[in-house]
Amino acid sequence: MKEGRTHKKFQKFGMVIDLDKCTGCGSCMVACMAENNVPFRKDESNKLLSITWMRVYKLTNGMPFPKIDVCYLPRPCMQCEGQHEGHSPCVSVCPAIATDYSMESGIVSQIYTRCFGCRYCMASCPYHARYFNWWDPIWPDGMEKYLSPNVSPRMRGVVEKCSFCFHRYQLAKDRAFMEGRPELQEDEYQTACTQACPAGAITFGDLNNPKHTVSKMAEPDPKHSGRPKNPNAFRLLERLGTNPKVYYLSSREWVRRAGDNYLKNEKKVKKPVHHG
Amino acid sequence: MHTLDDHAKDISEDAADEAGPDLSLEMNLKEQDTGAGGTIILFFILGLFASLVVGWIIFPKLLYSNKKQPIDFNHVFHVEEVDNGCESCHFFRADGTFSGAPKLAQCIDCHEEIQGISPDEIKFVEEYVSKEREVPWLIYSRQPDCVFFSHAAHIKGAQMDCVTCHGHMGESESLKVYEENRITGYSRDIWGKSIGGFKKNTWDRMKMDDCAECHRENAANIEITDIPTPTQRLIDHIVNLVPPGTSTFGKGGSVQTERDPCFACHK
Repeated sequence: MKEGRTHKKFQKFGMVIDLDKCTGCGSCMVACMAENNVPFRKDESNKLLSITWMRVYKLTNGMPFPKIDVCYLPRPCMQCEGQHEGHSPCVSVCPAIATDYSMESGIVSQIYTRCFGCRYCMASCPYHARYFNWWDPIWPDGMEKYLSPNVSPRMRGVVEKCSFCFHRYQLAKDRAFMEGRPELQEDEYQTACTQACPAGAITFGDLNNPKHTVSKMAEPDPKHSGRPKNPNAFRLLERLGTNPKVYYLSSREWVRRAGDNYLKNEKKVKKPVHHG
Repeated sequence: MHTLDDHAKDISEDAADEAGPDLSLEMNLKEQDTGAGGTIILFFILGLFASLVVGWIIFPKLLYSNKKQPIDFNHVFHVEEVDNGCESCHFFRADGTFSGAPKLAQCIDCHEEIQGISPDEIKFVEEYVSKEREVPWLIYSRQPDCVFFSHAAHIKGAQMDCVTCHGHMGESESLKVYEENRITGYSRDIWGKSIGGFKKNTWDRMKMDDCAECHRENAANIEITDIPTPTQRLIDHIVNLVPPGTSTFGKGGSVQTERDPCFACHK
């Protein structure tokens, strides 16, 4: 073995969102847009064209009045790992190497200057987490001064998506370098949506670190590509085998079923079907 | 020496003698052809030379505008005066961010009043210090918006020197002209002085290739250069008793490039 070669352990940053706590207030969406210089237009009434790295969906159980139940579901990028090393749907289809899976942090990055806007990744993403810039961003007068210098603004013709506030990881690492520490503390790197949530529904941390709250909450099973052991935890479209790093908690059965897009009369399949 | 060409010429001359006037006329025509070809080659060489002059000398002159720094600064003199080398003025903040070009706050300790007789210092004190205006320094190494660069990671983490990227800035007695690319608005120091993109020293250029040069060799301190194929990597894993897929050992963290992940330098 050569000198200077180091064995680095994976980090796998992930998120646990407690849907029982989420009130659907949308603070996470606002915080995300402000943090990441997400562009918006004067008329945002067509939601299909809005760019929202974090979007809150409203689910209902479809029952008549006394039994009706509503659940709000915040949806960031799932940072899928896929069935083997970084084989996430979007990374594997990108023809421009503009999106990349990092083994060190488990985050799917999007390199805007590299992207040429073919939108293949958008087609491949089962979560609609990727957005296309149909226009150059136009900021209202004076707002340019409020943009974050840590996130580069995107131009017309490129795809963008949630990065788990990766710049915050970089800044936290800067401080760690300064203090000569090799590893980050759990609270040093937190995403903007996590900190903004007034109900404390979002938890963020390293899923590979058993001490971190996220691993305690979701109990990911490494033998089954991270499927949660916690019976109340689920991942969106688990059956597709995308191996996402965002876990949801809910005590309600219908919410957990909706998360995997079960049909009304379908019986729950115990083992998720894997491909690839 | 009797070369092949000579031999061929002899033969053709013999043939011409034998065949009579018709062929010799053809020979004359051929001689005229070579004369015209010479002119074409001459024009080609002249054209090539002219294009090279345009491309290598005139185009760069047009492409870059020359801007002077607001005040000329003598690094040699100041490095002698301060205790802590470069980091006296270009320092790290406690949160790990880098201060870059100094602000008035750092200069004002010494330059509250005029110290010497240098006209630049007089200008500095009168126009900036007394009016409490920041000096609009032109930053030679300003990178495009999409680039993330952490000084802490390189200086504190990888123990690199300032000189590796910035050159011998601290040994300059006056600030060089700031050349701004009229199309992109970036400093010429990014592309490098050589318009052809050749470089001798590590600090000659600051393009992505130059970052990648190091990051390819030392992808986050993980050596990848000597383990080129996945099979060899697998063998390496087994030899070192590391189960495959549990560490980034043997390659960079990027799934796409097997170097450092793209997010290491892009934002």
